[in-house]
Amino acid sequence: MTTSSEPYVLNIGPQHPSTHGVFRLRVAMDGETIVDMDMIVGYLHRSMEKLAEERTYTQNIPFTDRADYLAAMSGNLGLCLAVERLAGVEVPERADYLRVIFAELQRIASHAMANGTLVSDAGAWQTPLLYMFREREKILDLFEMTCGARLTTNYMRIGGVAFEPPPEFWPALRELVDELPDRIDEYAELLTDNEIFLARTRGVGVISAEDAINGSLTGPALRGSGVPWDLRKAEPYAVYDRLDFEIPVGRRGDVYDRFMVRLEETKQSTRLIRQAMAEIPEGPHKTQIPLALRPEPGEVYGRVESPRGELGYYLVSDGSPAPYRFHIRAPSLINLSLLRALAIGSPLPDAVVTLGSIDIVVGEIDR
Amino acid sequence: MPAGPTQLSGRRVAAALAAALPSAVVAEHDEWVEVRPERIVDALRWLHDAPDFDAAQLSNCCGVDRHDRFEVVYHLQSLDLNQQIVVKTTVADHERPSLPSAYAVYKGALLQEREIYDLMGIQFAGHPDLRRLFLWEGFPGYPLRKDFLGLGDTTPGLARFPFENKAQPDRIINPGLRPATPDPASQEAPPGWRGDARA
Amino acid sequence: MTTAPASPPRRPEAPPALATPMARQIREAPTLRGMLTRAPAPVKVAGALAGLLFFAANAAIGYLVIDGRLDGHWYDFRDLGVAVGELRVWLDDRGLGPWLSYWVTALIGAVGILSFVGGVLLIGTWIERRLLAKFQIRRGPNRVGPFGLLQPLADAIKLVQKEVLIPRGADRILFYLPPVLVFIPAMLAWGPVPWAPTMSYLDINVGLVYVIAISSLSVLAIFIAGWSSNNHYALLGAMRTVAMMISYEIPVSISLLSVALFTGSLKLSAIVGWQSDHTMWLGLIMPFALFTFFFSSTAEINRTPNDIAEAESEIVAGFHTEYSGMKAGLFLAVELGNALLIGALAATFFLGGYTFFGLEQWIPPYLILAVKISAVYFLFVWLRGTLPRFRLDQLMGYAWKFLIPLSIAFMGVSAVEASILARVDLPGLLLIVLVVNAALTVVFVRLWARVVGYEAPRDEVTMPALTTSVGGLRAAQRLRGGAS
Repeated sequence: MTTSSEPYVLNIGPQHPSTHGVFRLRVAMDGETIVDMDMIVGYLHRSMEKLAEERTYTQNIPFTDRADYLAAMSGNLGLCLAVERLAGVEVPERADYLRVIFAELQRIASHAMANGTLVSDAGAWQTPLLYMFREREKILDLFEMTCGARLTTNYMRIGGVAFEPPPEFWPALRELVDELPDRIDEYAELLTDNEIFLARTRGVGVISAEDAINGSLTGPALRGSGVPWDLRKAEPYAVYDRLDFEIPVGRRGDVYDRFMVRLEETKQSTRLIRQAMAEIPEGPHKTQIPLALRPEPGEVYGRVESPRGELGYYLVSDGSPAPYRFHIRAPSLINLSLLRALAIGSPLPDAVVTLGSIDIVVGEIDR
Repeated sequence: MPAGPTQLSGRRVAAALAAALPSAVVAEHDEWVEVRPERIVDALRWLHDAPDFDAAQLSNCCGVDRHDRFEVVYHLQSLDLNQQIVVKTTVADHERPSLPSAYAVYKGALLQEREIYDLMGIQFAGHPDLRRLFLWEGFPGYPLRKDFLGLGDTTPGLARFPFENKAQPDRIINPGLRPATPDPASQEAPPGWRGDARA
Repeated sequence: MTTAPASPPRRPEAPPALATPMARQIREAPTLRGMLTRAPAPVKVAGALAGLLFFAANAAIGYLVIDGRLDGHWYDFRDLGVAVGELRVWLDDRGLGPWLSYWVTALIGAVGILSFVGGVLLIGTWIERRLLAKFQIRRGPNRVGPFGLLQPLADAIKLVQKEVLIPRGADRILFYLPPVLVFIPAMLAWGPVPWAPTMSYLDINVGLVYVIAISSLSVLAIFIAGWSSNNHYALLGAMRTVAMMISYEIPVSISLLSVALFTGSLKLSAIVGWQSDHTMWLGLIMPFALFTFFFSSTAEINRTPNDIAEAESEIVAGFHTEYSGMKAGLFLAVELGNALLIGALAATFFLGGYTFFGLEQWIPPYLILAVKISAVYFLFVWLRGTLPRFRLDQLMGYAWKFLIPLSIAFMGVSAVEASILARVDLPGLLLIVLVVNAALTVVFVRLWARVVGYEAPRDEVTMPALTTSVGGLRAAQRLRGGAS
């Protein structure tokens, strides 16, 4: 008697405790193994690129908050850098240092979220997530103190930053930076030798360096596969060329390496913030740009290293106040190019953990 | 000119490409090189393999609607040499634009080309799974095209800066343009979907 | 003569206003200790008096116990079985029929167990949530009632008033059965647990086998739940659960078999009696059996780290995805009740049951057992708050390749030791057995872990490399080549 089996389709739907946002996966499974996988996005598509074509460049900065809503400062920074290059605007030094401080604070907050949710996906009932959220709460409080918002900060402006941080910002930042290294060591100690965590993440979702580069992977996912590529070192913007930090690079390209790379990056971010706080000069916090900013006709591709990877803005200007074309190169979307190849053949829990390690934000995928 | 700090001169790239692939280069500029649409994949592959350029990664692949033609921009990145190359191609046909897919050279073009197809309507020949990405199957039209009207039949663009010369209209109202016809080729599942054993 | 200081010593100045809202919130939040230290004086006096009364009462009880006034009387509150026995004798003397005493005492016992378990379920929900919150640096429920103590009641009321939903395509009768079917074994298994020397509801002489058999009934209920839901998630969860529970029944049985070999009896009260006679806990003598029982039980009752059946982050809620309202409430209650049951069983088999080296004649034994159950339950919640969960194939591999062979090996060792203990009569033999077992545990576990391949290679570098130069593929190869 012959037996046959049919694959069944599991819909890890847009509402799910572990997909990071409204992200849908249709998975054809044979028992516990994934046979085919289809990714359906667009639940959060807000047509930002089209709307941006009828708003001025400054009016477009809040869009970048809402694209990658977990790294709003980096999004703002990318757009401001691109427009500054397009329009030839000089940024004062104090603004550059402030930009570095806030971008690195945002990196710590975002990595806390990414690593915490990864470990929650592996099953740890949100305990590490809540531990990492202690620091994230303090960082968000700092953001609120400075620009009024915790998540959608809208803080960078073309030519600098929007507001000078209030006087109580600096002692609070000093306190945070002093206690962060111990806290990060605490998280590292809790998780790096945990047998169950190792069993869930070692050897899972391995991406080789060639595949990563060819698949346009950037950010901690690329660095986890062993490729030492970081835009802060390769194409330094703000004052990164004057500050001294290192890039963590993984060895095997599995989920564990990506987790460790993010953990190390938070330590390096703390180092950067400390240096920036020590070296920051006095001065204006932004240059006065003309209110009616009409950049010369031309195009620019400006990019920053956001916590998720290379966040690029491709702007085409035709001399009018609004961009002719406003394209966000979203690292979350492009990092997903390899997901299908990784998922096929692995059991479902491994696919979930791999998706968590690539660290997507659906606002950025869909824009 | 607003070129990136590591961006290679377009003229140098154009000279090398013209030497290697004759008749591929159409135009050259300080910042980018423009390639014939049929030869774009060959050009990308040559740039990928050439040791001087070593364009290992496709950073960004983006489409621009220039009213009567489409432009597709490829930002290539060499990680070892730390340099950036910009390659453009122009698709003259505005009704049924089509390009060969860069998936053969760069796997990272998979989702970016789907996005361009979804929002601009450019077909990529040779793409393994060309379906709409953000919008649903059967959506009428391609939103990022300049003739896709916004709310109130406004065409994209800002004619005047807010607070400047309020007598002038800031949005362009042009009810003469009609939206494009619905897209005939739409699929529910990717080709070769192994979910249905019966298919 | 000393002069009084110019002004009374002031309280230390409050620290300057903290910058961030969170720091302010943390400092100003109400805590139990804060409330107690700042309580007004009359409250403190009343509390002190109550404490003194409590000690006085305890002293009086101690006197009664030493004097022997309580033994054998129906008012011996340390052992309610005596009272029930007297009641049975009294009812039999009435001559209303032989069945009356049986039914009355059975009813009393059943009502007692059900109300105890039900009450503990209510308070257990609260404990679990507050304790888990403590591990996660947050507060648990603290709004509903003082310190959130009425939260379980509020949850129960909320669940009861929900709409009764049956998914389309679900098998109607089979959909209603599982919550009931899973509750029954959870209650029945409390029968043989001895609470005091004569206070055991169902002291059958195959108590151990009864417990194992009853707990395997819930597997069926879970599978019916998954199957009848007409939902892929539920079916996946059900299949995973069945595979896992069946695999982990075997280590449980084998570890309990070691217990039976040592004590020479399957009767739970005899096992507790053995531990009290030899003043040694079986958990100390056979630590591997204790660990196996505890770990396999987390798999049996679907708790972290073995809760893939309801792995929330992957398959929403597994076999009880489609259950809403009180049906889901029953599943959750049973999970909690099972955790307490395993606590009771672990305490009875391995931790000495209601005895504590002679303390049980001063403190009512059921209180001692309750403390032990709470300790094991605390361990369950601690594991839940700390560990990630295993993948299914890792779990099954662990059961079949590691736990079962080692359990069998230790059962053989226990058999040899039990027969030696039965024949030889040395005064310190049990201690020798304990030391030998501890050594053998370490040796066998290390050896077998290496054989099976669980030893993680310690020399492998796990930290990422730090570099300051950027590059691509060639740089990656250089880094990898340089490192290894």
